[in-house]
Amino acid sequence: MYPFNYHKPASVSEAVSLFRNADDPMYLSGGMTLIPTMKQRLAAPTDLIDLSGIPEVSGIEVSADRVRVGAFTRHNDVVRSPEINKTLPVLSHLAGLIGDNQVRNRGTIGGSVANSDPSADYPAAVVGLGATVYTQDRSISGDEFFLNLFETALHPGEIITHIDFPVPTRAAYQKFPNPASRYAVVGVLIAEFAGTIRVGVTGAGPCACRASGMEEVLNQNLTVAALDAVEVPDAGFNSDLHASAEYRAHLVKVMARRALADLLGQ
Amino acid sequence: MKVSFKVNGQAHEIDVPPNTLLVEVLRETLELTGTHVGCDTSQCGACTVHLDGRAVKSCTVLAPQLDGVEVTTIEGIGDSENLHPMQAAFRECHALQCGFCTPGMIMQAIDLVEKNPGLDSQAIREGLEGNICRCTGYHNIVRAIASVADAKPASVK
Amino acid sequence: MSEVVSQAESENQGIGAPVRRREDLRFITGDGRYTDDINQPGQLYAAFCRSPYPRVRIDNIDASEALALPGVVAVYTGQQLVDDGLGDLPCGWMVKSKDGTEMISAPHPPMAATVANYVGEPYALVLAETLQIAKQAAELVDTDFTELNAVVDLAHASGSENIYEGIENNLAYEWALGDEDATKMAFARAAHVTTLDLTNNRLIPNALEPRACLGMYERGTGDYTLYTTSQNPHLERLVLSAFVQIAPEHKLRIIAPDVGGGFGSKIFIYSEETSVIWAAGKIKRPIKWVADRSESFLADAHGRDHITRAELAMDEMGRFTGLRVKTTANLGAYLSTFGSSVPTYLYGTLLAGQYKTPNIYVEVQGTYTNTAPVDAYRGAGRPEATYVVERIVDQAARELGKDPADLRRMNMIQPEDFPYETPVALTYDTGNYEASLDKALEMIDYAGFEARQAEAAERGKRRGIGLACYIEACGLAPSKLAIQLGAGVGLYESGEIRMNPTGSVSVFTGSHSHGQGHETTFAQVVSDKLGVSYDDVEVIHGDTGRMEFGLGTYGSRSLAVGGSALMVAAEKVIEKGRKIAAHMMQAQVDQVDFENGQFTLQDSNQSVSIQEVAFAAYVPADYPEDLEPGLTEKAFYDPNNFTYPAGTHVAEVEVDLETGVVQLVDFVAVDDFGHIINPLIVDGQVHGGVAQGAGQALMEHGIYDEYGQLQTGSFMDYTMPRADDLPDFRVDTTVTPCTHNPLGVKGCGEAGAIGSPAAIMNAVTHALGNKDISMPATPEKVWRAIRGE
Repeated sequence: MYPFNYHKPASVSEAVSLFRNADDPMYLSGGMTLIPTMKQRLAAPTDLIDLSGIPEVSGIEVSADRVRVGAFTRHNDVVRSPEINKTLPVLSHLAGLIGDNQVRNRGTIGGSVANSDPSADYPAAVVGLGATVYTQDRSISGDEFFLNLFETALHPGEIITHIDFPVPTRAAYQKFPNPASRYAVVGVLIAEFAGTIRVGVTGAGPCACRASGMEEVLNQNLTVAALDAVEVPDAGFNSDLHASAEYRAHLVKVMARRALADLLGQ
Repeated sequence: MKVSFKVNGQAHEIDVPPNTLLVEVLRETLELTGTHVGCDTSQCGACTVHLDGRAVKSCTVLAPQLDGVEVTTIEGIGDSENLHPMQAAFRECHALQCGFCTPGMIMQAIDLVEKNPGLDSQAIREGLEGNICRCTGYHNIVRAIASVADAKPASVK
Repeated sequence: MSEVVSQAESENQGIGAPVRRREDLRFITGDGRYTDDINQPGQLYAAFCRSPYPRVRIDNIDASEALALPGVVAVYTGQQLVDDGLGDLPCGWMVKSKDGTEMISAPHPPMAATVANYVGEPYALVLAETLQIAKQAAELVDTDFTELNAVVDLAHASGSENIYEGIENNLAYEWALGDEDATKMAFARAAHVTTLDLTNNRLIPNALEPRACLGMYERGTGDYTLYTTSQNPHLERLVLSAFVQIAPEHKLRIIAPDVGGGFGSKIFIYSEETSVIWAAGKIKRPIKWVADRSESFLADAHGRDHITRAELAMDEMGRFTGLRVKTTANLGAYLSTFGSSVPTYLYGTLLAGQYKTPNIYVEVQGTYTNTAPVDAYRGAGRPEATYVVERIVDQAARELGKDPADLRRMNMIQPEDFPYETPVALTYDTGNYEASLDKALEMIDYAGFEARQAEAAERGKRRGIGLACYIEACGLAPSKLAIQLGAGVGLYESGEIRMNPTGSVSVFTGSHSHGQGHETTFAQVVSDKLGVSYDDVEVIHGDTGRMEFGLGTYGSRSLAVGGSALMVAAEKVIEKGRKIAAHMMQAQVDQVDFENGQFTLQDSNQSVSIQEVAFAAYVPADYPEDLEPGLTEKAFYDPNNFTYPAGTHVAEVEVDLETGVVQLVDFVAVDDFGHIINPLIVDGQVHGGVAQGAGQALMEHGIYDEYGQLQTGSFMDYTMPRADDLPDFRVDTTVTPCTHNPLGVKGCGEAGAIGSPAAIMNAVTHALGNKDISMPATPEKVWRAIRGE
């Protein structure tokens, strides 16, 4: 690992100011992606700004129609939160499928979302549940947050403080894990809000996105069979050793069918 | 930089560069070599220790992140005269062969059993997702953990 | 198999008892001592510069920037090792081509000097005060390469550009075994011929402890010491001394302390360890090197990697009349230490399987490619052979409309046929193949399969069942024959038993334990034989400075060969003890019996214990005049044949028709390992082997892209079996004792990995409605097969 300067600010404003004054800084949240990348000498920030000491970015708040998760909330805290399990169980379920137990004990929702790894799980929830991502400066709609491979709407230095998830009537998430890394080859989250369906897909393309074709069909006819009519074109999908674009497109449909079956309690 | 933390109940203040990993602190600075390194992508779990009571991969924690925490390693859970029940179960069930993955496997197993009451054998298998063993085929590891969790091994399909 | 009885209930700690392993205490408490746990004051850290391309000429290495980095002590290039007079890394087995010519070894300097031939091949060594600095400096070494055309695709390697001048068609050898004409005749007369094209996928061993070493040089004496992750320290010393010429054997000590798994990959003599011990002498400081996992992927010897066409001829009844096999075996860029023997003598000789096929002919093209060297990996040749035989037998059964178990049974060698001479050079001493088959079928409830299949279908899963009846050969032997066939070393093992004056026993073995539990099983054997307490016996291994010689652990040989050596040594201890005891009891030697640790005078109640005899031997106050004091005996045991473990493995899989995911849902192994010393350890060996076989069948694949870059270079891409990929395994044994070693044991280390790939793939093929796919049966591949692609 290349050398770097370490900082542990106590507030968001201090973090942002450290960021602005460094040559090539990066924020450190759970570190589950960043630290392995630095170990392999594939990233060499001059300054690491550790967000773990900032009270503003932690905590879980649950109301009847909204779940607010502080950016520094570790995955296992979402898995084990009784409030989230009660109000938004799909989020706890999804968080429980991320990485492995040790990773879930360190990794944070803010770090995962800010990274926009195309095969991460949380982005499916941000998109599929229509979450709002809050930073120190503004709020960003989940639909507009993920721009591309490892690219988000965040400006340099912008810090996610928390994410608000609206509570759907019901929702389900299905994941096809990469057999080696256990990242999502494809993950599909389907949620129903007062008669409107949202479908969030991760793993398939360069970043998480909605499956509008599926949404249209399901808004008309909320049955598993209705999904059969939906074409999932593989153009622009990822392709690697474990799954070609064509296979991924197929898996999007299969995972969507399974998620919908779960949602419908079938 | 200076970092103060506890390892196995003992307070330490160390002075290391920020780009030092927890596993390096344990193995090199504190000479606790029971924690092993089996990969460089945070996949194998051989380096698993407890940080404030939670299993983490010590190859993916930076020394500066340790300020004020409590770390427990394989050396801190029991010794040969006074084995932790999980250590004893691993021996009793022949849940190790070369022993290299074993410390990390035991530390993860303890976390798994503590946090999840009523584990069955499938849940144990899923709970070992972050730990690779190349020797045992996991069969006896699952049995050992089940014996501690007091879960019945899953019936053969 | 063994119902686990707790240690307290099991008082017996001798042969056959499920003794809990004594080595476990240090491993479960973190007190194991692996190579990376050992440090020396003043040690330097090594980092290697590795070829980024599969085939290059090294034009210039400019280390000035690296050397300028504070903390960098030296940069050594491959050329400097050559200039220093070091010899090549040799291949230990000369294989002759079918035309009688010797195989052609590609030149293999200890580090790449003028050319590099696979991605990851080391060509320079950087030494620095810290590991961080060493790694940073390695990046600063500025090397000019000229890229050359690389040969990556095994199937087309022999028609590609020659990698090495003088090695035509990239073939190290074209080896053959069996009677070609008779086999041809059998095919001409066959009523039915089954043909199958098979791929045996490249595997990357991935012992969980990466290779590591600590090299030291003692200025005062000129002694070298190398701590290293080796399965066979004496062999490493022999090669480093005799061939590489690091130092004479008596000035070179190799210590393999606790070693975290090997599976073959730690048998071989590699560039890194060789360069480190050389550099330690050069710079006169200790040097530590520990591989990153990514280095293990690139530069550990890989396993398997065959392309095969097999044909099976049968008569109208389905009796096998001929087997013809043509295999292209990937050797990688160089012949690794035993790379030549694995796809030949450890493969072709096993093609008779458990069957009375009268005519067999096999040809193997040993082929160089610009990939990492390929050598023995758990099973080494026998999984490949079993895969050929057991897949084609299954295919034949389907073509003939016969039950695969019935077709096998009909062709099996019967108990009365032993010793059975195969048409491929082996003589099986004993076995009862149907007994294992019957037991396995009963355990899996073969008759009940259709009900399970129907139940799975209701869940949307396609269930398949597959068998493999394997044979293997362990404890390669005898030395004389192997050496005639090209082996460069003997195949015996040494053992020494020292009765200490106070009656405890120190046992030294040339075998090496890196997970197998020798410290326990060998102590069981010796305590049982000498009638001393198990707790009084200590087993010591892995240090050329403490035991005189040894050939190490590979090929499931430790107990059959190393354990037998200890039995012979123990016999010598007893014989000498008998003389001492006779003197003590004022009797004739032939009047003294030995049993349970007591020397007893026949027809009397007089006896002396072996401990008393040992004391008398070291304090020879009243002692036979013609006898030397002391009670220490050693033996070299050279078996007169292989041992032949055999058994039946049965797998059941379920295929998710929507995703193509194959789940191994049940696995039964019934193995005949002869007598069993410790059933707990035997079961564990089978479990681990089966997991690796399941990995080969369903997950693992070392893949190079067309540019020669390793695509599966980390655990993120190379699928290692994890706990949730596997079911509980059900294992049992049948017993026909080996006829020619004193323990009647056969070896159990590799069987799991030998039988399981074929059993699992037969199950997958069955589930897919007899559609054949190549290993590993990964989800997308299976999905495409389901779609009829």
